[in-house]
Amino acid sequence: MMIDPLSVFILLLGAATPILFAGLGELVVERAGVLNLGVEGMMIGGALAGFAVAHASGSTALGFLAAAIAGAALSMIFAVLTQFLLSNQVATGLALTLFGLGLTAMFGKPYEGMKAPAMMPGPLGLNWMIWLGIALVPLVWWFLARAQPGLILRAVGENHDAAHGLGYPVRRVRILAIGFGGALAGMGGAYISIATVLQWTEGMTAGAGWIALAIVVFAQWNPWGVLAGAWLFGGVTVLQLRLQAAGVAVPVQLLSMAPYLATIIVLVLISARQKFGRSGGAAAPGSLGRPFHALR
Amino acid sequence: MFRLEPRTSAPLVWQVATPVLAVLATMIVGGALFAAMGFDPLAAIRTIFWDPLFGPAAGYSRPQLLVKAGPLILIACGLALGFRAGIWNIGAEGQYIIGAICGAAVALTAYPLDAFWIFPAMILAGALGGWAWGMVPALLRNWFGASEILVSLMLVYVAQKIAAWMAFGPMKNPEGFNFPGSRNLQQYDAASNPELIANSGLHWGGVAAVLALAATWFVMSRHVLGFHIRTAGAAPRAARFAGVRPERLVALCLGVSGALAGLAGLFEVAGPAGQITESFGSGYGFTAIIVAFLGRLHPLGILLAGLLMALTYIGGELAQMMLNLPAATVQVFQGMLLFFLLGFDILTRYRIRRRA
Amino acid sequence: MSNVFRAEGLGKTYPGVRANDDVSFAVEAGEIHALLGENGAGKSTLVKMIYGLVRPDEGRMALLGTPYAPHDPRAARAAGVAMVFQHFSLFDALTVAENIALGMENPPPRAELARRIAELSQGYGLPLNPARRIAALSAGERQRVEILRCLLQNPRLLIMDEPTSVLTPQEAEILFATLRQLAEAGTAILYISHKLEEIRSHCDRATILRQGKVVGTVDPRAHSARELAAMMVGAEMRLVDRSGRKPGAPVLEVRGLSTADGEGVALKDIALSLRTGEILGIGGVAGNGQEELLSALSGETATTPGTVLLEGRDLSAAGPEARRRAGLLAAPEDRLGHAAVPEFSLAENTLLTAGTRQGLIRKGLIDRKAATAFAQQVIRAFDVRTPGPGTAAGALSGGNLQKFVIGREVLGRPRALVVNQPTWGVDAGAAAAIRQALLDLAAQGAGLIVNSQDLDELLELSDRFCALNQGRLSAPRPTEGLTVEEIGLMLGGAHGMEVAHVPA
Repeated sequence: MMIDPLSVFILLLGAATPILFAGLGELVVERAGVLNLGVEGMMIGGALAGFAVAHASGSTALGFLAAAIAGAALSMIFAVLTQFLLSNQVATGLALTLFGLGLTAMFGKPYEGMKAPAMMPGPLGLNWMIWLGIALVPLVWWFLARAQPGLILRAVGENHDAAHGLGYPVRRVRILAIGFGGALAGMGGAYISIATVLQWTEGMTAGAGWIALAIVVFAQWNPWGVLAGAWLFGGVTVLQLRLQAAGVAVPVQLLSMAPYLATIIVLVLISARQKFGRSGGAAAPGSLGRPFHALR
Repeated sequence: MFRLEPRTSAPLVWQVATPVLAVLATMIVGGALFAAMGFDPLAAIRTIFWDPLFGPAAGYSRPQLLVKAGPLILIACGLALGFRAGIWNIGAEGQYIIGAICGAAVALTAYPLDAFWIFPAMILAGALGGWAWGMVPALLRNWFGASEILVSLMLVYVAQKIAAWMAFGPMKNPEGFNFPGSRNLQQYDAASNPELIANSGLHWGGVAAVLALAATWFVMSRHVLGFHIRTAGAAPRAARFAGVRPERLVALCLGVSGALAGLAGLFEVAGPAGQITESFGSGYGFTAIIVAFLGRLHPLGILLAGLLMALTYIGGELAQMMLNLPAATVQVFQGMLLFFLLGFDILTRYRIRRRA
Repeated sequence: MSNVFRAEGLGKTYPGVRANDDVSFAVEAGEIHALLGENGAGKSTLVKMIYGLVRPDEGRMALLGTPYAPHDPRAARAAGVAMVFQHFSLFDALTVAENIALGMENPPPRAELARRIAELSQGYGLPLNPARRIAALSAGERQRVEILRCLLQNPRLLIMDEPTSVLTPQEAEILFATLRQLAEAGTAILYISHKLEEIRSHCDRATILRQGKVVGTVDPRAHSARELAAMMVGAEMRLVDRSGRKPGAPVLEVRGLSTADGEGVALKDIALSLRTGEILGIGGVAGNGQEELLSALSGETATTPGTVLLEGRDLSAAGPEARRRAGLLAAPEDRLGHAAVPEFSLAENTLLTAGTRQGLIRKGLIDRKAATAFAQQVIRAFDVRTPGPGTAAGALSGGNLQKFVIGREVLGRPRALVVNQPTWGVDAGAAAAIRQALLDLAAQGAGLIVNSQDLDELLELSDRFCALNQGRLSAPRPTEGLTVEEIGLMLGGAHGMEVAHVPA
């Protein structure tokens, strides 16, 4: 069995990209103090919208734009429910996932069996979405660590009462963050349909959104950690596919569990480090998942 | 402009009214959606919500109500315990699949033996399998602090892969002409879960669902355990002060809800489904989450919500046949319903006043 | 002197509460102006209106002679109003510099900001390292961050909301020196407090609020603390009856109690001996281990064998229920979410701690009738103002819920009772009733441990006094003859804080 490291790395980059986009988006959302469990739903929405537009227009760029818009639009349902109607974030995120899966299954039927247009190749033979994903990592890091709006976003996520007390618009900051997270999740989903699978099938994100959520925990809310997590996940996926192709004596179905099991293991390791570790590492944002309501 | 004023307790009127409002809103928006897609909205709504019970083909579809509602209610009862305590098992679908596989394993091992203990042993195996699958996230949370939401959800995908492996490998029917899928347990009397009363749709799963409802009611409203669960969900520190050990509650809630989901899977594989196939999971585990919320985590509510959700399943199939509506319509409806429910819920928690 | 700030006829109504009614007063340049009132008198609503967090329903405000109606806190800051919050508005995970940048309209680049922070903090004798995280700072240092954040904006009016509640007496002295220095530079300071002595010794004028209305503006130095209290409460203060207590045999022994490093403060080798009929007062600034001590005694956190003994019986391994059965009861400070569940009715809230002791839970089954009857008993015995046992705990006022929580434990006939902050955020009437109930319980032969930040309260209640500082408990001293100065030193003095010095 031959596994050429360079080709594996290139495949890994591709496998990691959807998770990277969705993970970076969710990271920003969580740093603003919001837990949106609807990543999977927004990804599948982006996967269908992106595919449909790319197919109709022949432009993958337009496809990704449409995916971003679709993801953001879906995220706004979550934003209205959690930020204005103060619904439970866990339940609402779950509802968004179920809704997204249903909606795409309903509207996606006509697109089944169609082929996606080819991606424009970028430098070094990697498509430009891979590059964009990698470029987003330092951008998000810079925004959160150095830019004033990023500081405000972190303040809102850390202690929304104090941020409100200083006069910052907690709700507006959070809605913007949720929209950003939705757009990135949509693009991540579209990468699966447009660039990886090259067609639309029902439920094709297959848990990628949930894995992205786990990666954010693994990353301890740090963009570079999301990159590492996405690559780790991509590596496991590619390795598993390579083993399948090489015909090892393990049933295909068991090999394809690997990404999910790896996610659980990684989640356990990082949680254990936070629980028992001396240095501890970064904790979750202080106001994560808590609803905010100000009496005026 | 309007202004929200927090309530200190949720009025019963709104607790009952909001699910009803959510159902009505779903019908209205769903109807609009159908109209936009070029279907007659009234016909579609009638086909989904009315015809299964009173339409021309009701004789066939009415028993289906209990067939579908049974597993939903059984799973939702367990989930409701955890949700009350703030413990989020969203992997019931996986526990359902594993329960079915464990139960089927007993039957397929015993085949073709005819003995009275086979079905009870399957029930035990199904419950144990679901329990074990639910205990994984419980223990990982208790030992390492890993999120039970993500772990239980990941285990759904793992369970689906196991089901596929079983169907293609260890459990494949040796007399099945090399088609994937296990032997059909409906044709194996000692292991089958038959309809108990002809044309009622009631099988042992329905009986178990009723028992689960009664037990849930008793625990939640009369027993100190239910008080502890509610306290842990409402105020975790107060619960510890009262002597609740959070780890025990996590293990209990995830274990019980896993066992109930496993039972639901077992009754399904021994009854209506008949066999383990690649796509054995049919989404009951996820729909049960909606049932639990729509029923306000209360046994009576869960009963009604389970029946309603079962109705949309049957109505959706009917609408697919009669009106050519897409099969996923029901899923969209369920998602919308949960959205509306969560949105309207603000009426139970806040008073809405006009700003002066 | 000129008015920096003037309020005329301010009013604000919340559902069921008239929080402010026709409030008029003025703050002048260079003065430290106290806003005095008991809990619930409307002080915080008033300052929230001045700081733009709440909009008044009626009335006008003027700043420096021009009409002033801030839309939000940023507008207030732009107009020259700054505020130091009682519960700090700081972000634990962020650095000092980031926290300060968040409080400024147009923060300079980080390097420039760090330089200015260092400069200003030296100038006011409030040394701070801009790169440190808030989580690593002491309460006094955190307050410095808040004050510096205000000072960087050259405020005309500085509002301080109960700033000394988190400080030891020595730390408070340092704060007042800084405030005086600011006032002399022309800043108007509005100082909110209910502590009479510090207002008498440090403030130039005092406006007294009672039930949302202004009682009057007075020179606090011209009145005794007693007179000020009477104006604040509207009646003569009720004196508590300390008679009838005879300390007897030891009832609760704590030996070498330490807890692991976790969230909060670790307890370090705590030892105490509590006798029947005795009240042991434990003083300390919040966050020095009070909650951890209560949790370790109530059984919420695990304790090592041989550390907690009730009447000679080792309860260290027992959980909260077993300890309660044995007679060791506790009343935590956080009423909403710890001592009681806000969403639950009062009847259900009795089940939290009185389940087995009152026979409300038998063989795992809940006796709802008995729970309701017991709740009714607590309501009657402790004069809890509520429609009935079916009312949600969250619907009660702070004072009434506290009476309920204390009453629930007192009626449980404890052998030993641990109470944290018994009168925190409670109106004067309820506070007096609660203190009397605790004294009566001791007179009946129970041993009590009272943890409080309110030193006056501890001096009034306790027979012996010790201080809890960074998880360590000092040796107890008889309360009689202790001075506030001595207590302050027991509490850790100024915690090594540098005294403010006038810039050269």
